[in-house]
Amino acid sequence: MDPYNARMNAASILRNGLRDQNPGLVQLLGLCPLLAVSTSVGSALGLGLATIAVLVTSNAIAAATGRWLLPEVRLAVFVLAIAGAVTAVELSMSAWWPGLHDTLGIFLPLIVTNCLVLARAESFASRNPLPSALLDGVAMGLGFMLVLLALGASRELLGHGSLGADLHLLLGQAARGGGLRVFDERHGLLLALLPPGAFILLGLMLAWRNWRLQKAA
Amino acid sequence: MATRNAEQLRFRPLRAAAMLAIAAVCSVGLVSFVHDITRPRIEASERAQRVAQLAAVLGPARYDNDLLADVVTVRDPELLGTDEPLPVHRARLAGRPVAALLVAVAPDGYSGAIRLLIAVDPVGRLLGVRVLSHKETPGLGDAIETRKSGWIDAFAGRSLEDPAADRWKVRRDGGDFDQFTGATVTPRAVVRAVRNALVYVDRHRDELFAEQTEAQAPTGRRER
Repeated sequence: MDPYNARMNAASILRNGLRDQNPGLVQLLGLCPLLAVSTSVGSALGLGLATIAVLVTSNAIAAATGRWLLPEVRLAVFVLAIAGAVTAVELSMSAWWPGLHDTLGIFLPLIVTNCLVLARAESFASRNPLPSALLDGVAMGLGFMLVLLALGASRELLGHGSLGADLHLLLGQAARGGGLRVFDERHGLLLALLPPGAFILLGLMLAWRNWRLQKAA
Repeated sequence: MATRNAEQLRFRPLRAAAMLAIAAVCSVGLVSFVHDITRPRIEASERAQRVAQLAAVLGPARYDNDLLADVVTVRDPELLGTDEPLPVHRARLAGRPVAALLVAVAPDGYSGAIRLLIAVDPVGRLLGVRVLSHKETPGLGDAIETRKSGWIDAFAGRSLEDPAADRWKVRRDGGDFDQFTGATVTPRAVVRAVRNALVYVDRHRDELFAEQTEAQAPTGRRER
C-alpha cells in the first residue's frame, strides 16, 4: 500500500487515510496541534473539522494546478494556497464560532505549519485527478480528526471527568450544559490535561496499534 | 527544435515568476474576499462578547448607557499592576454613575500576569470580579475562573472597609479569603490586585464617577 503510488481507487484512498497511513498514528504528522488541542472533545472536533476543510481545499487546488506548475515554484504555490485556505477558515470560524475560535487560539493559524497538509498536496493531490485528491483530503482529514477525538475524549474523561462538556462552543448556546458528566471535576487526573498526558496517551495508542499489527502478522 | 528548446529555457524563469505572481494574487484575493464578507460578523460578535463580559461582572446592577462608548483610559503601574494604559468603562443609569469597570493586572500570578475585570460602585463596593486571562496551572490555580469554581464571587459586596485592611489577604496569610488546596500563590495575587484596584478607585473616585460622560480621565485621555 504505497502512499506515493499514483492512481488509487476510492476504497484504498479511504483505507489509507483512516488506517494504513493514518496521519496521527502512522505518519505521525501534525503532532503539535494533535497534542496541544486535544484536551476536550469540543476543541478536538473543532480543530479536526478546520483541518479537514483546509486539507480538502488545498488538495483541490494542488490537483487542479499541479500538472501546469513548473517544479521550481510548485511547492511555493502550494504553500501560498494553503496559507490562503487557512486564513479563510480562520476568519470564517471567528465570524460564526467565536467561542471555538478563542479556544483553539494560535493552533488555528498554525494549521499552515501542519506538515500533513503540504505533504498531501505535494505527494498525492498534485499527481492525481481532482476527485481522488478531494477524497484523499477528506480521508486524511478524517483520520487525523479521529485520532484527535480519541485523544480529546480520553483526556477530557480522565482530566475533567466529563465528555463533550464544551461542545456548545461548536453547536451554539443551545447546547450549553450538555455533555456527559462521568465523575466530579475535582477527582480529575491533572496529568491527563498537561502536555505529558497527551504524549503518554498517544504512546499508548501507538503501542496498542503496533500490538494488534504484530498479532495479525 | 533545438532553437525552440533554447527559447523555452530562456523564458523558464519568467514563466516561473509569472506562476508565482498569479498564485499570490489569487490567494490574496481569496483572503480579502473572505475578510470582507466576515468582517461585519466578526466585529459584531466581538462587540457582543465584550458587552457580555462587562455585563457579567456588573451582576444585577442596572444601567442604560453604551458601556463600550463610555470609556476612559488610565495608567497606574503601582496600583493597577502594569505599565500599559488600561480602559475604564462606566455604567450609568439615566446619566448617573452606577459602576466603574476597571481592568487590573495581578503581575505576580504563579505563571505570569492575571488580567482581571473589576466592577466597583460609587461608594467603593465591589460588584464583581472576573478573570479576563491567565496562565495558571489547569486544575489548581484555574479555580479563579467562574466555570471552575465560585471562588471569585466572594469579592462581591466587599470594600476597603470590609474586611479591614489587615484582613485583605488569603487565610494562610491571616486574612479573610480562601486559598485553594495546592495553590496559594494564585489567589494571593488576585486578592492583592483587587485590593489595589479598590485603593485606586478610592483615590480617583471623583474623576471615575463624574456625573456626565464628558469628564476627563484622571491621568489619561478619552478614547474616540
